[in-house]
Amino acid sequence: MARVIEPSPQTKAPSWHFPLSVNLEPRLDSPRWLPWATTIGSVILALLITALILLWVGADPVRTFRAIYLAAFGNAYVISDTLVKATPLILTSLACLLAFRMRLWNIGAEGQFFLGAWGATLVIEAVLGKDASAWVFIPLMLLFGFLLGALWGLIPGLLKARFGVNEIITTLMLNYIAVYWVAFWVFGAWSERGFQMTPQFPRAAWLPRLTDFSAILPAFSGILLHLGFVIAMLAVALVWYLLERTRFGYEIRLIGDNPNAARYAGVNIAMMTVVVFMLSGGLAGVAGMAEVTGVVHRLQDRISPGYGFTAIIIAWLAKLNPWAVVPVAILFGGLLIGSREIQPSGLARMIQGILLFTLISSEVLNRYHIRVTRAR
Amino acid sequence: MNFWVNIFSAGVSNGTALLFATMGELLAERSGVMNLGVEGMMLMGAVTAYGTAYATGDPWIGLLAGMIAGGALSLLHAFVVITLRADQVVSGLALTFLGIGLSLVLGEGLASATGVPTIPAFSIPVLSQIPFVGPIFFENKSALVYFGYILTPAVWFYIYRTRAGLHLRAIGEYPAAADSLGINVYAWRYLYVFVGGIMAGLAGGALSLSISPGWFSEFTTSGFGWIAIALVIFAQWDPVRAAIGSYLFGSLRRFTLDMQGVQQVFGVANPFFYDRNLQFFLEMLPYALTVIVLIVGSRAAIRKRIGAPAALGIPYVRGERGLS
Repeated sequence: MARVIEPSPQTKAPSWHFPLSVNLEPRLDSPRWLPWATTIGSVILALLITALILLWVGADPVRTFRAIYLAAFGNAYVISDTLVKATPLILTSLACLLAFRMRLWNIGAEGQFFLGAWGATLVIEAVLGKDASAWVFIPLMLLFGFLLGALWGLIPGLLKARFGVNEIITTLMLNYIAVYWVAFWVFGAWSERGFQMTPQFPRAAWLPRLTDFSAILPAFSGILLHLGFVIAMLAVALVWYLLERTRFGYEIRLIGDNPNAARYAGVNIAMMTVVVFMLSGGLAGVAGMAEVTGVVHRLQDRISPGYGFTAIIIAWLAKLNPWAVVPVAILFGGLLIGSREIQPSGLARMIQGILLFTLISSEVLNRYHIRVTRAR
Repeated sequence: MNFWVNIFSAGVSNGTALLFATMGELLAERSGVMNLGVEGMMLMGAVTAYGTAYATGDPWIGLLAGMIAGGALSLLHAFVVITLRADQVVSGLALTFLGIGLSLVLGEGLASATGVPTIPAFSIPVLSQIPFVGPIFFENKSALVYFGYILTPAVWFYIYRTRAGLHLRAIGEYPAAADSLGINVYAWRYLYVFVGGIMAGLAGGALSLSISPGWFSEFTTSGFGWIAIALVIFAQWDPVRAAIGSYLFGSLRRFTLDMQGVQQVFGVANPFFYDRNLQFFLEMLPYALTVIVLIVGSRAAIRKRIGAPAALGIPYVRGERGLS
């Protein structure tokens, strides 16, 4: 690898020097509370930076944050809405988390979400028709959502395992393709009278919501939380068990931490890449299925405000821990709900970007002692 | 024939924005730092350039502001991955989010701006008369397009024929060896990441002030930043291949539009003209082709044993054992 390089008196490095030199010394002992303290610290810092930017563009940060909070957690109805938004976020975050644990950068949860939603719709449009019972509809739609998402994960997985193709780009490009694929169907063959949406799903294909039980318990009236949230929580438990209690999960973590050790231990990395990518895509597919069957009740081309991308941040904020995904996803669900009516429209995404930055910057505090000394 | 001339002529213009972003990323990656935030930096460049040109009435000041905005964002990435040694993939993604979000916040209301000046376009007197080549490359092109023609050979010469270019390659392949020869790895990496950011900002400004003037929120770039990153891999970190790829992808962009407007292609009835709904497959084309191009690029890289700079993505820590 090394090339012969002549010493060179002519070119110098840029001559300007920062007056202080920052040295990073690896931490050998790290207190258990430290990662969570830096996480909370980085959230606060991100909110402060956001507030500064809001001031700069002439908005009132306190009122903005307060409006977001009230719109997201102000009463039982909006809390239910927040949990409804958290449902696809939990599932897509699990998809990212599973892949990230193996250091597979699946940025394609968004596209896998769309394919899952398309798969669920396929059950109604082409497999079962409109007349079936909920007991047939829901399991089959779940299966199709998972399978189509997994198929969309299989493509980058195979390309990565077989040809070493960078999965970040392929998953991203497949996101665009998935959106156009869904658009092709909802504008064309499945369109309802030329509108860019399918006809509404039959009632039997709707995931049951709490409000559907308001005849028994009147307090549930108007609460739109649906079965998808239960599915999401089951998925959390499943992913946790898979990662922490099975040989398969151990191999995922081993590859993620030390691919060479995994290779020497005889782990079939190519095989694992494909399987994990399919599982990851499948989870995101279930998210798409839950969203169309639980909330939208039809397929449209706009069913996601970027769940698959937000999921990347949630997975990272949760430190790739499945259980931690739940509270983080609920907070982000609240952010999505709360910033819906708030201008400027890019606010939620900006906060997410700033947060991810403060977060990865803060991780240096977990790994290193920082010493600032005067430069030579 | 006019059909194709139009496509390639627009392709050279579109491709110029891709070219700037691709060259910037290529230089950064050659120094060993991958920056996946190109899309975010391009959007910031686009919104800053457009907004500044609107406020000052001078497109060149706008372009400069866009370059500075892209460069400023890239410094954030440089600090996080070079000094703090964070993961380059995650930081790049964060930069994308930040750039998109920030540009949407800053661009609020800019979409309806009118009378924003654009970068002037002109024809080259004699060259534009050459059949085919003239209209494609030299007729009524933005000044930035001509700058692109100069940039490609300049970057090639810099990387392969100058001492500083040799050092650039050394930093990306074997930073410990470069360091031992007195090359300041950290400072140079900062510089190349910054150059990459400036170029991405320039690419964004070229889009909003010249190639498709206006601010259309995130559709201003519509994935150009990601295509640029893929092109770097496809080009195997070579500037000439990167330029060819950029112009071809730029042409593809126009091809998908023009295909919907003609009744016949190659003497057969054009399905995209008669069934409007098939347009979605045309729209997929650039993204699908990016994947295919990546597969081809990756396979060639494996076969010829050339590929990514050896130290790409690995933080350099002075005094630690370097690459084997």
